[in-house]
Amino acid sequence: MRSLRALLLLALAAGSVACSHVEPWVKPYERDRLADPIMSWGRDPVSIAYLSHVRDAREGARGASGAAGGGCGCN
Amino acid sequence: MLLKNGSRTSWLRGLVAGLLLAAAAIAGGSASKPAPNFTLANRAGGQMSLAKLKGQVVMINFWASWCGPCRQEMPLLDQMYKKYKPLGFTLVGVNVEPDSTDAEGYLRKTPVTYPILLDKENKVSSLYEVSAMPSSVIVDRKGRVRYVHHGYKPGDENEFLNQIRTLVKE
Amino acid sequence: MVRAGSIARRLLALVPLLAALWPAGAHATVLPEDRADILWHRYSGGGVTIQGPSILVRKGFAERVSVEVNWYEDMVSSASVDVMTTASPYKETRKQWSVGADYVRGKTTYSLGYTNSDEPDYTADTAYASISQDLFGDLTTITLGYQRGWNVVGKRGDPTFAPRTDTRNYSLGLSQIITKNLIIGASYEAITDEGFLNNPYRSVRYVDPTSGTGFSFQAEVYPRTHTSNAAAIRARYHLPFRAAVYGEYRFFTDTWKVHAHTAQIGYTYPWKDDWLFDVNYRFYKQTQADFYSDLFPRADFANFLARDKELSTFHSNAIGMEASYLFLKKDWHFIKKGSVNLHWDIMKFDYDNFRNIPAGGPPGEEPLYSFTANVTQLYFSFWF
Repeated sequence: MRSLRALLLLALAAGSVACSHVEPWVKPYERDRLADPIMSWGRDPVSIAYLSHVRDAREGARGASGAAGGGCGCN
Repeated sequence: MLLKNGSRTSWLRGLVAGLLLAAAAIAGGSASKPAPNFTLANRAGGQMSLAKLKGQVVMINFWASWCGPCRQEMPLLDQMYKKYKPLGFTLVGVNVEPDSTDAEGYLRKTPVTYPILLDKENKVSSLYEVSAMPSSVIVDRKGRVRYVHHGYKPGDENEFLNQIRTLVKE
Repeated sequence: MVRAGSIARRLLALVPLLAALWPAGAHATVLPEDRADILWHRYSGGGVTIQGPSILVRKGFAERVSVEVNWYEDMVSSASVDVMTTASPYKETRKQWSVGADYVRGKTTYSLGYTNSDEPDYTADTAYASISQDLFGDLTTITLGYQRGWNVVGKRGDPTFAPRTDTRNYSLGLSQIITKNLIIGASYEAITDEGFLNNPYRSVRYVDPTSGTGFSFQAEVYPRTHTSNAAAIRARYHLPFRAAVYGEYRFFTDTWKVHAHTAQIGYTYPWKDDWLFDVNYRFYKQTQADFYSDLFPRADFANFLARDKELSTFHSNAIGMEASYLFLKKDWHFIKKGSVNLHWDIMKFDYDNFRNIPAGGPPGEEPLYSFTANVTQLYFSFWF
């Protein structure tokens, strides 16, 4: 377990070196569709939060409903 | 922390190795390379090529109508263009959208006076290895790339002004 | 069953690595947009009507920090099947406010938030912290989150009744851009609760030949701990014309032996320049907690007893529809954009082993319970 943790940290560190050289296969100037609000995970945050609450209150399951990322990738 | 004594050393070893590797991956500085030439359709009609602008300080700004920071900086770029044009500075806006309908709509509402070129096939974007939106490349009078800016945050325009002032004096 | 505490250690161990390895530079993530949303929500179904406002304001400062504040209310009017079985209809209001902040440094977003929820017999305080990191040319986003809740359960008519529950959530999220048109996401969340986890008003029933109805009630008894794991994958795909399809699947399991599957598909369709429509279908299915029964064979049948329909075996089908109109496209004072939005969700719940006692019938043979709920939302969104 300890060696697995150290290995994971080392892999993540190696990944950090590699990531600075990975060429994104979707270029920053090709993200017009991803920047469109219809492709956003959270277009209406208040509405999403409310429906999430309605479901959690009536169902036994909970969690794993959030998402962050995508979008225009600007800056 | 929450770890037992024995596992603390392997955790630390992994972290130190990671930090050393990351430190070794620091990006290099920018080199003074000649700016690759290109010819693109001008939104106002005709074509424009970079080679024809030799002798002037040129700022090539890659932008798109869907990019928030791009829209934010354009009025400021327009001001810079108007102020330094008499001193031999020119600004060229390269729009990267394959379909320029949205860009046209945006420019109708917020026009700029500097030339807008259309890079519909993204040939110039890949030629200049555009790695962020927006990106600005400042080329000196001899046609060499002197400064590259990735992204835009309010306040960056001061850096642009300083760099243009330096290059315009050459 | 993975212990939530050991998950925490593993997830938290990644935090200093993520935070330290990517120094702040010219590249930076963009803050969420400034906006204000004013919403009125209404839930009506199963004898329960809950409605109220939800108001959100989000504002960024110095291109680095974005703060949001939300006020939310539930005005409850309840004559639900549980209430009609053992109590009488009631009305009450739950008030909730939250505040959150996001701080951007390079490709990392740090978020903190706090929520307080207050109703006559339950108060909940929640605090959360999360870190989000953009990687690999901004195609990947990893998010780690931690949430802590402190709740106090009350009971009308008994001011000395104030047991507590504590909640801890650990979450891990991944968002990955696959092509110009496709983005996928995956998330995992472990939640653990401790304390007084049941409802002080709810009862279970057991077979009782001495009673007129054939059954009698006793208070429900829940375990004092509850740990759950949920894992979900989702995807959004931009069609060749301006529209998107999306889907999601979630698997849930917990220490009470509840297993649940959730699946959703949807279609987002903008029309002309100003309109946006969305339709979606959601399916939910769960199997019961191991200490649940609609009718126990005798009193004190087991250490833990529950008759909460939320812990029964049931499934639900829901359809959601949304229409949005951008009524303000030009700048108006400090407002850049404004839209009016209407959502309507119809949810049908069908219980496989929870019976409708008020409907009548021999004990254990009453009709299985089912109901349909209409959930409507009307709101205005402004961007500035």
